[in-house]
Amino acid sequence: MSFEEIQNIIVQEFGDSVIVREQPQDLMPYLVIQTDKIAAVCAALHANEQLYFDVLSCQTGIDNGPEAGTLEVAYNLYSIPYNHHLCLKVVIPRNAAEESLPVVPTVSHIWRTADWHEREIFDLVGIRFSGHPDMRRILCAADWEGYPLRKDYEAQEYYHGIRVAFDEHNRQNGFKGENWRNN
Amino acid sequence: MTSRYTEYLLQAEPNKFEVSDLKAGEMLLNMGPQHPATHGVLRLELITDGEIVVDVVPHIGYLHRCFEKHAESLAYNQTLPYVDRMDYLAAMNSEHVWCMGVEKMLGLTGQLPKRVEYIRVLVAELNRIASHLVAIGTYAIDIGAFTPFLWLLRDREHIQRLLEWTSGSRMLYNYIWIGGLYYDLPIGFEERCREFIDYFLPKLDELDQILINNKIFIDRTAHVGVLPLDVAINYGCSGPMLRSSGLKFDLRRVDGYSVYPEIEFDIPIGQGLVGTTGDCWDRNYVRAQEMRESLKIIRQCLHRLTTDYKRSPDFDPQAMCPKKIRPKEQDFYFRAETPRGELGYYFRATGKSDIPFRCKGRSPCFSNLSVLPEIAKGCMVADLIAIVGSVDIVLGELDR
Repeated sequence: MSFEEIQNIIVQEFGDSVIVREQPQDLMPYLVIQTDKIAAVCAALHANEQLYFDVLSCQTGIDNGPEAGTLEVAYNLYSIPYNHHLCLKVVIPRNAAEESLPVVPTVSHIWRTADWHEREIFDLVGIRFSGHPDMRRILCAADWEGYPLRKDYEAQEYYHGIRVAFDEHNRQNGFKGENWRNN
Repeated sequence: MTSRYTEYLLQAEPNKFEVSDLKAGEMLLNMGPQHPATHGVLRLELITDGEIVVDVVPHIGYLHRCFEKHAESLAYNQTLPYVDRMDYLAAMNSEHVWCMGVEKMLGLTGQLPKRVEYIRVLVAELNRIASHLVAIGTYAIDIGAFTPFLWLLRDREHIQRLLEWTSGSRMLYNYIWIGGLYYDLPIGFEERCREFIDYFLPKLDELDQILINNKIFIDRTAHVGVLPLDVAINYGCSGPMLRSSGLKFDLRRVDGYSVYPEIEFDIPIGQGLVGTTGDCWDRNYVRAQEMRESLKIIRQCLHRLTTDYKRSPDFDPQAMCPKKIRPKEQDFYFRAETPRGELGYYFRATGKSDIPFRCKGRSPCFSNLSVLPEIAKGCMVADLIAIVGSVDIVLGELDR
């Protein structure tokens, strides 16, 4: 089934307004869905007999940086019986340092694999998922500060008395590390 | 007694369950972080009732090496050594996936010389066998058999020597490059590789006799940790984990990348020959059968490499390597089959730089391990070791 046909099925069920933006020409075409509708759209895609997206291959959190001021979550869906691919996205405003984290509805009740993926996005990008059963950090320590994959992330200086940044060490040894493009 | 450090530890990695959550007779138990059955650092928080496992909570992240952060500060080709280190038991396969993903974004797919593609498939399948040998060998240790481990690692040594001869290193190769290969195969490789196949085929029969069809092994693994197919799909399991549940699903066939469509091979699936479909025995059976299929692929690659796409003095494996790797602005997700299952990379290219704006590694172990609480509930503590081992996790890839 082509991208347009899948798009038409979504429009038929949820109306035109659910699709914020479409990108049909890319190597991987995608749809940007209204944030509060994403769980309903995913549930419909999972249950629809023509589509039957039974696998959530990948779920990615993306920070577009403070200039763009948005965060994204990308969902790569796949259907084993029909061999369809689809990429959905939600775009949400980025929070400032003191504001609370932005919230996206969870899809972990549809695909259980989203459970860990959403925990990872929460851990590294800083997006909360409403309705998630177990929203804890997964890769970083539970008392780690900040969200490492944010573009303006700065590592904390000390963690329980251990020095975190290795910049001084790197400078002495001539290794430019993550800042090599600025040099 | 709680010292200051225990308090730090509990803040850093708190348990999900408190002692007050337990029912009468239940006990909170930690398995790991270091445990012989986990190849890497993994802590399992268990609630046990006698010898029955009531609940399991995997705690991961001890090996978190910030692969994604690194990839977002280095150019596509500079990330290749880091890709090797993610799944250190199957570095060739990971490299192959990364390079194919970037090549697809650059529009290079299908333009590479056939000899390059066949060499890539050849070394990737050799590495698949090596990875499965470790998986089965260490699994045998996990459940108490020591001889198969030594025998399988002896056979793996031959593959490592072949790959060392080809690329210069034993585990982390950096051999497959974006747009080509580091170097052509060494002269005489084809003959040595054929010798290896002839040596290795009887060893596979030996493996079947000593381990797979061994009565003690069957008793320990059949009907243990049964993973139903619908649960496997819902949890995003892939690779031998999914195929052992009975689904003939292999990305080498489904996506048909590289030269796999030109190669004949079967996809072994679990059928519950001695137990239930999708139990621990099936997962190891599928891996053992996959090694035979990989040998078939290697044989065909060698045939093509010595007939149609022969070695020639003017063949330059780096001829197609782009000087500037600058994909145009787009998002792209590429996936392919590694020994552990579907490895995918989500790229966002800005079109203005050689560095990906966002790069996510979707590792197969991550999803495969997340199903553990589902299949381990209600089993014995000793069986839990068998289940964790049969998932075949590499924590370096799981934590990235």
